[in-house]
Amino acid sequence: MQIENKKPLIVAFCCNWCSYAGADLAGNNRLNYPAEVKIIRVPCSCRVNPMFILRAFQRGADGVILCGCHPGDCHYTSGNYYTRRRMALLFSMLDYLGIERDRTRVEWVSAAEGAKFAATMNDFVEKVTALGENKRLEDLRCKK
Amino acid sequence: MQKISRETLIEKAKELLQNGTVSSVLGWKAGEFSYDVTPATFNSVEELEKDFVYNDFCGANFSKYLVKATIKAEGKILVFLKPCDTYSFNQLLTEHRFNREKVYVVGIPCEGMVDVEAIRKAAGEGIVSVECTNDGLVVDTLYNGKVKLAEQDVLLERCKVCKSKKHVAYDELLGDEGEVIESKRFDEVERLEKMTPDERFAFWQRELSRCIRCNACRDICPACTCEQCVFNNPKSGVENKAAANSFEEKMFHIIRAFHVVGRCTDCGECSRVCPQNIPLHLLNRKFIKDIDNFYGEYQAGAEVGSRAPLVNYTTDDIEASDAVRKGDGENA
Amino acid sequence: MQRIGVFVCWCGSNIAGTVDVQAVAEALKTEPGVVFSTNYQYMCSQAGQDIMKQAIKEHNLTGVVVCSCSPRMHETTFRKTAAAAGLNPYMVEIANIREQCSWVHKDMPTGTEKAIILGKAAIAKVNLNTPLTPGESPVTKRALVIGGGIAGIQTALDIADAGFEVDIVEKKPTIGGKMAQIDKTFPTLDCAACILTPKMVDVAQNEKIRIFSYAEVTDVKGFVGNFTATIKKKARYVKEDVCTGCGICTEKCPQKKVPNEFNLGMDNRRAVYIPFAQAVPKVATIDPDHCTMLKTGKCGVCAKVCTAGAIDYTQKDEFIEENYGAIVVATGYNPISMDKFDEFAYNQSKDVITSLEYERLMNAAGPTAGKLLRPSDGKHPHTIVFVQCVGSRCSACDEKGKEYCSKICCMYTAKHAMLTRDKYPDTDVYVFYIDVRTPGKSFDEFYRRAVEDYGVHYIKGMVGKVMPEGDQLKVRASDLLANKQINIDADLVVLAAAIEPDKSARPLATMLTASMDTNDFFTEAHPKLRPVESPTAGVFLSGACQGPRDIPETVAQAGAAASKVIGLLAKDKLTCNPCVASSNEIMCNGCSSCANVCPYGAITYVEKEFRQPDRTTLVRRVASVNEAVCQGCGCCTVVCPSGAMDLKGFANNQIMSEVDAICK
Repeated sequence: MQIENKKPLIVAFCCNWCSYAGADLAGNNRLNYPAEVKIIRVPCSCRVNPMFILRAFQRGADGVILCGCHPGDCHYTSGNYYTRRRMALLFSMLDYLGIERDRTRVEWVSAAEGAKFAATMNDFVEKVTALGENKRLEDLRCKK
Repeated sequence: MQKISRETLIEKAKELLQNGTVSSVLGWKAGEFSYDVTPATFNSVEELEKDFVYNDFCGANFSKYLVKATIKAEGKILVFLKPCDTYSFNQLLTEHRFNREKVYVVGIPCEGMVDVEAIRKAAGEGIVSVECTNDGLVVDTLYNGKVKLAEQDVLLERCKVCKSKKHVAYDELLGDEGEVIESKRFDEVERLEKMTPDERFAFWQRELSRCIRCNACRDICPACTCEQCVFNNPKSGVENKAAANSFEEKMFHIIRAFHVVGRCTDCGECSRVCPQNIPLHLLNRKFIKDIDNFYGEYQAGAEVGSRAPLVNYTTDDIEASDAVRKGDGENA
Repeated sequence: MQRIGVFVCWCGSNIAGTVDVQAVAEALKTEPGVVFSTNYQYMCSQAGQDIMKQAIKEHNLTGVVVCSCSPRMHETTFRKTAAAAGLNPYMVEIANIREQCSWVHKDMPTGTEKAIILGKAAIAKVNLNTPLTPGESPVTKRALVIGGGIAGIQTALDIADAGFEVDIVEKKPTIGGKMAQIDKTFPTLDCAACILTPKMVDVAQNEKIRIFSYAEVTDVKGFVGNFTATIKKKARYVKEDVCTGCGICTEKCPQKKVPNEFNLGMDNRRAVYIPFAQAVPKVATIDPDHCTMLKTGKCGVCAKVCTAGAIDYTQKDEFIEENYGAIVVATGYNPISMDKFDEFAYNQSKDVITSLEYERLMNAAGPTAGKLLRPSDGKHPHTIVFVQCVGSRCSACDEKGKEYCSKICCMYTAKHAMLTRDKYPDTDVYVFYIDVRTPGKSFDEFYRRAVEDYGVHYIKGMVGKVMPEGDQLKVRASDLLANKQINIDADLVVLAAAIEPDKSARPLATMLTASMDTNDFFTEAHPKLRPVESPTAGVFLSGACQGPRDIPETVAQAGAAASKVIGLLAKDKLTCNPCVASSNEIMCNGCSSCANVCPYGAITYVEKEFRQPDRTTLVRRVASVNEAVCQGCGCCTVVCPSGAMDLKGFANNQIMSEVDAICK
């Protein structure tokens, strides 16, 4: 298959206080993960609108992962609890529409969990790579 | 149960108009054909007697009309609401979309409304007229002549799986208080859940690719009362209008369904008005089923002021990955 | 169109080792809006910053993208640089090509490709950035201290000392708290009243301090610098400003059988009472649950004997509203209930008592006038057993106790044992312990004196059961060091009950939107670096409401909280984070979803007039964000169905443009 040589495109939304710092720590400790992962910084995981995720898929992302503080540790006290509900419902809906469930994920990564961040990204990229290209949600008009 | 008649409603409306309780009436009047009744405002007894219609085709949910109507109206508006409509009514009140003081609600009992598409299927094309009698429908068609149909066989999908005969809001009730009823409305969602992802994808591809982006579902939806819809807002980034390829529709319908999560009362208007007969209610019902499943049963609009599941949380809610997997367990 | 300058940093070889910085600068040159692109060895150095400043001026830049280390590292630095060159600091965006690129990828082509994409995303965002200005809010120069124990007293005195007004709200009729009930204090053994009561008097006499005793805070609104608290002054049926505290009413009141809470119910008080002789304010209070006059309308003795005419049976609860700039929580602690600890026979025998009750028994103003007498028969006890860790350090599954160490019990038990042996050398004193924890100044020396100089028997092991038998208590315990069971016939058993936060703390936390841990202790903004601040701005923590602590620690923390309050009140204006939510009123539906999810209560609704196309006016309910309260999480933006709510600095279109740039 031609999928073999095409690298997937992964968008990772990371909250400023925990997961983005966790990603920085992974860097500090030189823990490798694939360059396919591109991080977008948001103040809190609850800032991520489902529209952003759909937009990423529309534009050809093969996987979208959302990282936030562990439940109970949110810098804004309750943001990630709302994130959890929204994403539970959104991902369940995408699954219902027949979108491969391994293309989406929520992971709680603290500022101290650089290793977890790297491991999560390695695992996620591996799963998405196995799925091949995102054909079900991309929008051909957005292809160049 | 005795069906409510046009005369009873006109009489009630007249009484309320004449004693000054209300200054206008939201009701139905005849359209081009007997089966396409249209919502209309009546300001006088004369108008009522002349144009007011009530029959098995009066399925429209009037709740949403109140958002705009209450702004214009000087006095109170009389609105006839079926049990399912009252849930939308409450939900709109919860969201402060209109002033309760400006509305007089008369709850009317409902045994289900009929679907002209179902009639067309049963009686054939070329419907000339439909007469609603006490023992069924008499359909006059161009090709098959007069065909008699039982109402039960041609009900709207939402009426076949009616979830409640109870009015959750009213000022006055015609007939008896109904009950919330056991409904099979999630059966179809479950059927889809049991399919493989590929089958589900194929199903939705087939259904949603028919969408012509006429926006009828959005325009009729009582939860879609935004001052400006994101799909009309060039700044929102999702405003594309023309149906260009399959993704467009998926994006539109996922976003639309997500916007009404926890606010959708499952009134079924979206599917009723869809000119392409896309079962849009199956998207909303999936969300409702998931909410019931993950966070405990929640019926939007059952109470005014209740907190929708997406503006609420508990510290031990299900994780997103487990939520997706939970579908698996049921499939097995 | 923006005029954007791109600055790619090498960070020595940290970035340049895996990213071809020259290629990145070159590639980004052609991105929309970019008019200048360069690279330099160390952008954060003075020379690097000068390059940026010069470029901003020379090329008339309206936006800056720095491809460098994490924004958590140098975002502030580069914002300041931009500001120094006359650019709005919020027009600067960082592309993180060190921590999230060069350090995690190994080969040059991969690193360079990713760095270019990250740079493009940052450029796409800056294209949509708008200059932001931090807002300002005024500060009410008055503090509220909730709780009038030693923590609240010290905080209030320190704040007042700096010249700011302070109100203390205390739910009991007098301030003083637990310390007023304590006899002597470890490790110096000075009498608690002798060091506390002068401070209470200071509070009463300080012109800057008002005391609302017998009062509770029932509602708090507002935000840092601008709180409004509703205080409920409970009816005490005595005019506070008229009562002279002479105490005649408390002697004449015929209702004599009211358990005296100050002595933990070990003796009785009247229905009209002054908790103790040094109470502040020294004013009588009528207990409505026991007053015959208030219950049946017949009696009125106190009114008859009161020469000042201070009694007023018609008094009602009074609610007052006050504005504050800062709030200090000092709600303190209580010993836990011993009801669930049947093994110690606390409810079966009067001679099994808690340490706080023992404290009252030893106190000269206590129920026995300081003589050590058994509560059951008033006889002098000869064998006393102290049990430590009752309800402290329990396993997580144990429902009757607490997981944490109550911290103060080891020391006060040593104190009790020592004082007992000192005053009554004819007594045998046993202390059962799991560990003895004495890490404080002069603490271990104190404990060792109890063992070595005063002959207190310290036994490592727990008491299994206490059985009342005749007028004695059979104590069955284990001695872990000798590995044997021991039985002691005791005359008195004293339980070192665990301590827990006061019950009023939980509803108060809800009112203040301050967070609590699972034990209902208030959590601090940072356990190490911001230990006296709550995560809610303007709310500070003092004393045992935050965790078990002794008097010196409490006083130290009270002073620390006070200094934080003073720092806040000394400001005339507070600067707010400009990256806050804002609502587009034209699109707002007024549905309340945003207000429902806001963790800070920053969103309120206003009725706003709108001109319609047909020239009529329409009044609609729309959301309004209080920028001083909003912390910028953005939760509201996602629940808003119409997209009316957006977050400055992280706007919908900005994030989407980043998504687009990455997915190109």
